[in-house]
Parts: sequence; structure tokens; C-alpha cells
Amino acid sequence: MPQFMLSVHHDPAEDERMGAMTPEEMQPIFEAVDAFNTALQADGAWVFAGGLQPIEASTCVDNTGESSIVTDGPFSESKEYLGGFWIIEAADLDTALAWAARGSRACQGKVEVRPFQGE
Amino acid sequence: MSGPASGGASDPVGPEASSATGRELGHGAVELVFREEYGRIVASLTRRFGDLDLAEDAAAEALAVALERWPVDGVPANPGAWLVTTAGNRALDRLRRESRRETKQEAAVMLHDDTPHAPTGPIEDDRLRLIFTCCHPALAPEARVALTLRLLGGLSVAEIAEGFLVPETTMAQRITRAKRKIAAAHIPFRVPAEADLPERLGAVHAVLYLIFNEGYLATSGVSTRDDLAVEAVRLARLLHGLLPDDVETAGLLALLLLTEARRPSRFGSDGALVPLGEQDRGGWHRELIDEGHALVRTCLRVGRPGRYQLLAAINAVHTDAPSGADTAWDQIVQLYDQLVALDPSPVVRLNRAVAVGEVDGPDVALADVERIGLTTYHPWHVVRAELLRRLGRGAEARGSYDAALALIDNPGEVLYLTRRRDQLAGPPAESSSARENPLP
Repeated sequence: MPQFMLSVHHDPAEDERMGAMTPEEMQPIFEAVDAFNTALQADGAWVFAGGLQPIEASTCVDNTGESSIVTDGPFSESKEYLGGFWIIEAADLDTALAWAARGSRACQGKVEVRPFQGE
Repeated sequence: MSGPASGGASDPVGPEASSATGRELGHGAVELVFREEYGRIVASLTRRFGDLDLAEDAAAEALAVALERWPVDGVPANPGAWLVTTAGNRALDRLRRESRRETKQEAAVMLHDDTPHAPTGPIEDDRLRLIFTCCHPALAPEARVALTLRLLGGLSVAEIAEGFLVPETTMAQRITRAKRKIAAAHIPFRVPAEADLPERLGAVHAVLYLIFNEGYLATSGVSTRDDLAVEAVRLARLLHGLLPDDVETAGLLALLLLTEARRPSRFGSDGALVPLGEQDRGGWHRELIDEGHALVRTCLRVGRPGRYQLLAAINAVHTDAPSGADTAWDQIVQLYDQLVALDPSPVVRLNRAVAVGEVDGPDVALADVERIGLTTYHPWHVVRAELLRRLGRGAEARGSYDAALALIDNPGEVLYLTRRRDQLAGPPAESSSARENPLP
């Protein structure tokens, strides 16, 4: 069955609003995401999922040249970065989009749906 | 149909292919049948093989066979079935020849949905599946339009490119990219689940309406692109045939018919646009109007008005009036009130203001128009110009015609608006609207 990545991108424009949220305010979001994860598992759609540490924790490795170069920071200069993702199995895009709609509601963020290559 | 073991180019023979022998048959006639049947061929083969490119290639091969055989053997009794069978056999031949057969069959699994639908579910037809694939919301709107015209309408890439004034290579790329996304993203070839149907059908309606509008009043170059309007009507008719119980689809078809019916009177002999109120109503297509009115009556009986049904009803009021002066504008205002409740967009409110101008007078309508303030939309300036003109404010009207003209490139409309503006005497600086002003 085809696999899709449902990714949630961190938008720095949201930083202020998210930063101002209290743990009590965050709690319903965590619970909704938990419930969504449970639903994915119950349906057999779940493959893998995870939330990522903030972009400040990322390190780049480039071993395309003569020697491996390690640098601090993200690969891309883009202000938006990957915050977390689900990898799911779905029969087709419509099914994947329906999961994405539920995931977006749960985590209160935009979700990008991208198919994996076959084989 | 011959079994897969028979091998070779296995085109259907027998009684269905042997009728009408010796009839004179030009390429044009064969191509007309082909175009009419194209959507059916591609849809049927896509369901069978799960591959749009294979379906299209096989359809083209079937056309080549028909062009060779029909003029000699005569047109088969059921040309559509003949083309579908021939194309199917050609596709099988091709799959056998190609070592990529397994890959192809895997592709088939990706796109094709085997799961049986509930018997009470939406009617199954391969073309209906194809419509929903072409108009999938995961595709860019311009790609949906192009795919629908290509795969269902059977228009050539060159024709579609011409219709939308883009280079043929651009249009070819657009279509190729969209087909690639359908395969890569696993956009399904099936009718959406009942719960998603209204929204997904809305996307299909939007595509057909867009095709029609571009045909009906082209954005630039020429005044109309009749083939696009005709194609939109044909596709709306097909959709209505596939979903006869969907009232919004009936409403859309009625709207297109009642608009298309007025085409013969929309432009004067000099090519200038003729406004609805001044059109020669004897020149309208009576049959299309009758068909549209019947559909509107059906919608009214069901009583679940949607956007297209209301627009169709408004057009039914217009086409019901023996003359522009006899139009039941109060009914039109009521229908627009319902439409505004569903869709309070500025364009809908602007159209409502036109009807208000006929019922409550130009001053009331002008106040509405000023509030709407759609300065980048040329009809807003035209409506404003006409209202200012009726109020005797010629210089301001002139300015509004100029503002409208600066935004458009449709020759018939430019000619009409220029003439309308020039009937107002004097340069815009002078207050010389007296001749236009009906007051002494």
C-alpha cells in the first residue's frame, strides 16, 4: 500500500503565539494528537511518527567533497522548518488527505501530504 | 473481445463492424465521432489499466485504425463500443510488447479502485470517475481545466492552448505535470465517498463554469471562444446524465443552457457587444431556453437551492421576459437576496445592485455600488457608469467607462463601451452631460 508523509512545518510567525501558550493551554493539543495517533494505529494506517527538537538543535554534515564538513544549523535558510511528521499507509490520496485533515485539526498546524516513492 | 491469448493486433470484427459498407466517410466525420467518444475510451481504459498515458496512446491508435477502416468497411453499428474495444486491444498489445508490463500493472493497482461501492452509492460510470480525477482539489485549478478538456472533452493540446492563449508547449507541460502528479500522489480514479461528494462536485462545477465563461466572454483577443462554451455545455450535460438526481448539477446545466441560448444575439453585426436588455430576443435559441426552463422547474420542485440553481433561476426570469422592459426585476432581486445569503461576495452583491437599480432606482443602487468598491473588476465600473448616466452625472459616468475600458481587452466589449462613453458629450473635465440628461 502507498505510504505518505504528513509533515507539520514550524512557522516562525507563530512563535509568539505558541510561546505565550501556557502548559494548560497546550494540554488539549497534546491530547488531541495522542488521540489521533491512537486512531492511526487502530486503523492500521500508522507506520511511524515523531516530533522534532527545535531547529537550533540541528547539525549539517556534508561529505560530498574531499572530507566531511560538520556545521551548526539547518540545511536550508528557509524560515520555516520541519517540526514533526507522521508516516502513514493509505490506499490513495483521498484517504491520506482525510487523515491529514484530522491531523491538522489535532496539532493545530498546516499539514503537508507527500507520497513516498514506490519500491 | 478476443482473449489475451490470441495475440497480435486484435481489432473487433464481425457484425458490429460490418454495417454501412461503402458509405462515403471523411476524416472529419471519423474525428467527430472519436471526439464524442474520447472521454468514454480514456475512462474505460484507465479503469482497466490504471494508466492515463496508456489509455490516451491506445485511444489515439484506435483513431488511426478507425480512419483507415471506417471509410472502407463502413461505420460500425456502435462506433463508441468499437473504439473502446479496439483501444483496449491495442493497449493489451502494447503491454505484451513492452517489458514494462509488470510496472504497468502495478501502476494499475495504484490508480484503480477495486472495492465495490455500496449499491445505494453514487452511480458508477468510468467517465464519472475520470471527472473526479481530473477535477481533484490536489491539482492546480488551471491543470484541472486543462485535464478535463483533454481527457473528457477530447480536445487536442493545441486546441486547449489556443482556448486559453498560452503556448502549446506550456499547455503540454501543464497536462504532463498534472498526469504525473495523479500517478505519483496516488490521486484515485473513483467517485468520492458520499460525505465528500458535495464539496468534490463543487470543484467539478467550478471547472465547467470556468471553461464556459472563458468561452462565453473571452478575457482577451477575440470576443468569444464558442468551442469552449459548447464543450462546457456538453460536459455539463454529461455530468447531469451521470448524476441526474443532483440538483446543483441540473442547476449548472440550466445556467449554461440559458446563457448559451442568448449567444446569437450577444454581438451586433459590427461586432459590438449588445447588452441583455437590447438583444433581439427572436434570435435566441428557443430549444436551449425550453430545456433550461424545464431544468429550473425541476430544481424548484426539489427546493434545495444552491448557487448554480439560483443563477439559473435568475437567467430563467430574463429569458422568460418577452422584452427587456418586461423583465420581472423584483423576482430577480429576490433571487439575488437568496444568492447573497449563500455567497455574500462583492461580485454577487454587484449583480444584485444592478437589479436593485431597476426596482428601487439608480440612486439606491449607486449607494450599494459605492459600498462594494470593486475597483479592479471592470463590470463594477460599467455598472457605476450606467447608474451615473441615469442620474444625469455624465462627466462621472465618462470617467467610469474609461476606468472599465482600461481594464479590458475583449474587442466586442471595448467597442460597445467606447460607443456608450462617446454618446456622452464633451470631455470629462467639462460638465456637459446636458444632452444625455433626460431632464430639460
